[in-house]
Amino acid sequence: MERMTDAQTEAFIAARKSRNKALGLLLGGLAVLFFVITVVKFVI
Amino acid sequence: MNTTELPATYVAGELQATNVAGLADWRDYFALLKPRVMTLVVFSAACAMAVAPGHIHPVIGFVAMLCVAVGAGAAGALNQWYEADIDALMKRTANRPLPAGRVDRGEALNFGVAFAVGSVAIMGVAVNWLAAAILAVSILFYVLVYTVGLKRRTPQNIVIGGAAGAFPPLIGWAAVTGDISALPVLLFALIFLWTPPHFWALALFMEADYSKAGVPMLPVTAGATATRRQILLYTLVLVPVSLMPWALGLTGWIYGGTALVFGLGFIACALAVWRNTATLAADMAPEKRMFRFSLLYLFMLFAALVVDYWILPWNA
Repeated sequence: MERMTDAQTEAFIAARKSRNKALGLLLGGLAVLFFVITVVKFVI
Repeated sequence: MNTTELPATYVAGELQATNVAGLADWRDYFALLKPRVMTLVVFSAACAMAVAPGHIHPVIGFVAMLCVAVGAGAAGALNQWYEADIDALMKRTANRPLPAGRVDRGEALNFGVAFAVGSVAIMGVAVNWLAAAILAVSILFYVLVYTVGLKRRTPQNIVIGGAAGAFPPLIGWAAVTGDISALPVLLFALIFLWTPPHFWALALFMEADYSKAGVPMLPVTAGATATRRQILLYTLVLVPVSLMPWALGLTGWIYGGTALVFGLGFIACALAVWRNTATLAADMAPEKRMFRFSLLYLFMLFAALVVDYWILPWNA
């Protein structure tokens, strides 16, 4: 097995950070969406 | 670089230098959703929603469109999961995240299933269960009937599979009304009949790619001449069907006039394709023109439907 080079390690960490940010935004967006849907369902 | 920051599996050197699956960023997952296809799906659903009788709360309408977009994206991701092997063989698709090795197949499957189930569940709870059921059927139809059942087996793949792309107007309409009536069914028929000429025009100038991947598109199995004849025949059926909403009094003259003018343009494109005898992609300007025009055609008809509805009181 071959170890990752420093450049590959940096790229791996950057990509993981990007995925984590997107997942965080997705989960936050879902929380907001469910809240808004609940409020609207109570109103209508 | 301090390698202790890395997960144990990677520190242990289990990730080979040639394996780039861990290097996928959010753009690769977004690409799995086939955003360009999603645009047309959402547009047709939104137009149907805009002209459906009744009222929908703007937030619930937004949720419905979001679910349509995510559901269509999930179907696209599952399609790419299943077709990674043939995507790798075609120039047009070789750089997609799966064939390029940036996203793991298992991850793509999980991603697609999660988004499919999530979009249907949220549609059902927040909007209504008829819209959710049609969304579920459209996803299952695209993945199981078209992708798994038809695409590699028959040149009729996009004829029958075209139904999957025709569901969005039904979903948009059902989201507002909770039922289905004649107009959304005619819009379904419009997209269903539009799909074969649209995809066969593409398949004619991409025939080498499809042939290389072993996908039995009509130009591969029946040849260019038969495909061109089929494009013309489908177009000649499509245009009268596109006029039916107006002929039946379901829309006004703005939609009718637009469908007539652009329908004549579509027939002119199909005639140019029918007359063309080229076998090399480089000489297939009429086919490329028809492919581009078909996108404009569908966009214009749905846009005209909405303009017609807002200007003329046919739905009052």
